Amino acid sequence: MSLLQIDNLHLAIHDQPILKGITLGVEAGRVLGIIGESGSGKSMTASAIMQLLPNGTSMTGDILLEGIALTDMTETALNDVRGRLIGMVFQEPMTALNPLLTIGDQVAETLRLHQGMSRREALARAAEVLARVELPPARFPLNRYPHELSGGQRQRVVIAIAIACNPRLLIADEPTTALDVTTQAQILLLLKRLVAEDGMGLILISHDLAVVADIADDLAIMREGEVVEAGPTARVLREKSHPYTRALFEASSHQPDRRAIPTEAPLLEVRNLIRTYPLPRKSIFGKPGMFEAVRDVSFTLDHGESLGLVGESGCGKSTLTRAILGLDAAQGGSISVDGETVVAGQRMPTGLRAKMQVVFQDPYGSFNPRHKVSRLVSEPLHLLEDAPVGPERDAAIGQALGEVGLDETDAQKYIHEFSGGQRQRIAIARALIIRPRLIILDEAVSALDVSIRAQILDLLADLSTRHGLSYLFISHDLHVVRAITDRVMIMKSGQIVEEGATETVFADPQHDYTRTLLAAAPVLEEHVS
Amino acid sequence: MRGLLVGGALAIVFLAAALLSLIWTPYDVEALDIAAKMQPPGGAHWFGTDHFGRDILSMIMVGARVSIAVALVAVGIGIGLGVPLGLAAATRKGSAFDEIIMRSNDLIFAFPSLLIAVMITAVFGPSALNAIIAIGIFNIPVFARLTRGAALSLWQREFILAARVAGKGPARISVEHILPNIANLLIVQGTIQFSLGILAEAGLSYIGLGVQPPTPSWGRMLADSQTLASLAPHLVLFPGFAIILTVLGLNLMGDGLRDLLDPRIRRARS
Repeated sequence: MSLLQIDNLHLAIHDQPILKGITLGVEAGRVLGIIGESGSGKSMTASAIMQLLPNGTSMTGDILLEGIALTDMTETALNDVRGRLIGMVFQEPMTALNPLLTIGDQVAETLRLHQGMSRREALARAAEVLARVELPPARFPLNRYPHELSGGQRQRVVIAIAIACNPRLLIADEPTTALDVTTQAQILLLLKRLVAEDGMGLILISHDLAVVADIADDLAIMREGEVVEAGPTARVLREKSHPYTRALFEASSHQPDRRAIPTEAPLLEVRNLIRTYPLPRKSIFGKPGMFEAVRDVSFTLDHGESLGLVGESGCGKSTLTRAILGLDAAQGGSISVDGETVVAGQRMPTGLRAKMQVVFQDPYGSFNPRHKVSRLVSEPLHLLEDAPVGPERDAAIGQALGEVGLDETDAQKYIHEFSGGQRQRIAIARALIIRPRLIILDEAVSALDVSIRAQILDLLADLSTRHGLSYLFISHDLHVVRAITDRVMIMKSGQIVEEGATETVFADPQHDYTRTLLAAAPVLEEHVS
Repeated sequence: MRGLLVGGALAIVFLAAALLSLIWTPYDVEALDIAAKMQPPGGAHWFGTDHFGRDILSMIMVGARVSIAVALVAVGIGIGLGVPLGLAAATRKGSAFDEIIMRSNDLIFAFPSLLIAVMITAVFGPSALNAIIAIGIFNIPVFARLTRGAALSLWQREFILAARVAGKGPARISVEHILPNIANLLIVQGTIQFSLGILAEAGLSYIGLGVQPPTPSWGRMLADSQTLASLAPHLVLFPGFAIILTVLGLNLMGDGLRDLLDPRIRRARS
């Protein structure tokens, strides 16, 4: 008998079908990876197992945990199951923890609730559980608060809460998506170890094939509420019998065809750039300390070149971007674009701004929801002295939309009528409309599903081939950077620690940190061979 | 949704009464008819008459006009001055300019509003205009603080960054991008401040610092009739209910608008 057996599960919310006949099984001591793009129903499957469903849900089919039907249970009985038999780990560790409670109390809470322990017993046990997730009480006392921990440490606390009662089944919904690649590797290792030690079943939900393939024993590929392929990981990855599995696989290792030829002529030159922030004052009269987010960074980006900037969160890559764009004033150094220079302390002249544009990460947050696409796309025209007006302006908007594969008539729509991938196309159109020399792509494809990401990468490659555009490509995703850049810089603690031709750096990293990053990044190819 | 409808209906009834009073009232509110004093509600006088024989329905109608005009202009002062100050403060968060604006706001907030109103009218004499100014001043920090808070969170959004990359200055971004996105908040707060303004006007009139006789006002109608309440309860009940229903209606409308205009709440309910 399987630990968890889902049979022919159908689920609809307000008569909108979400899951269409899901059949899945999880064995004790094994890891089931559920992979799918957004809207595939993978998170709803997890909610169905927990029986935490939104109002207006109707459900048919069976969910059996150790032979007991969860679907027939009363809410009281389910409350006992949740937390005691099934543990859950969420994507965002900051919001999954209560900021006002210490980590000890949060782990102890589950124990007191489900095992009727006294506060003292529960805290003693919490210390043991936290030690198991590698937060030893000697270094991480129980009276720490969530904000005193890093993202990875917080996720360990969330895991500790989930495993505190020795559950039979652990569900982890995108547990590493919000984490850096090196932290991600550690968390995956921890989950794997806990499964092996406790013999519990683990459902690992992710959009990232490479992450799951690393630790899952079995795989289930989901699309539009159906399981299109399931089976042991090695077999699924080898056979890829369903076309969607193949498509997903190809999209994750997609290599866009970029044929821009970098010239030796420098376009962007950053010299000794320094960006500091004042820290909060320690005492009323004391001088506030300074935090150096960018320390003496220099680099050159040639015409037609695509340069990658890689680093983990907090390394200063976004701060550097904002300084280059002139959004924040730098404290030292200079920035030249196409021969025109601005030194620290000066305001960035309009002419210089007009030579570069940016595409941000979040396709949902980077547009004013109250404006039509025509107005959104034409915003940078503001930078031109002889900005086109009337029919010429409409023609420019239509052309920019055409460049990114959208229709002229889309100009009259509002942004909410578009999907994430289309919005990112509109963001690129907005950057293109003033024909800049340089486009800064700040995690521009990180929020997209793999298949959409592949399309956007193709579009970027095509645009740079046709217009000789230069890109500064900022990302934490090493795979994407490798696919689209000619040269790459690795940034750590505000400094560039390694720089070189992309293939050279990836094949033969010189700096220790680069090696760590590359080792931590999950790779798909290994599993195929 | 029901709150919005009920509140809206109440507000419309009083607004209609106020507008109607501009062209027609059942009786002249300034005409005294001692022979017909203190009549209970009935056929000739629907709401009865007061101790000078004036028609109460007519006085309520003109009183609505006074209350609405005072509250509306006071909210206008609050929005007209508070919103630009809040927007400006948000563009330079943490600067001396921001500090001065926000600390002045705190100062006004910290003062008991009635005391200031008494002070203003004591110095400049009681009148409708001075009541408007006194109530309006206290609306400024409400809107300034609300605007600044909402604008600050918007300034972090990527579409604002995109506008900055497009070379737009803070003033232009504030008008083009920030203001339309906080309009919902301002409408809701405006409705609530409007009801508070009506309450404040009634309070000032009650202590004799609002509009001056013979112009009727709800607050003074209450004050004039309080000693007669046991003899003729309708003298107190009608202006009292007028105040209660208007304030209740506007508050319901404000809450309803907030639910309707805030997409987060709307989504959570569906």
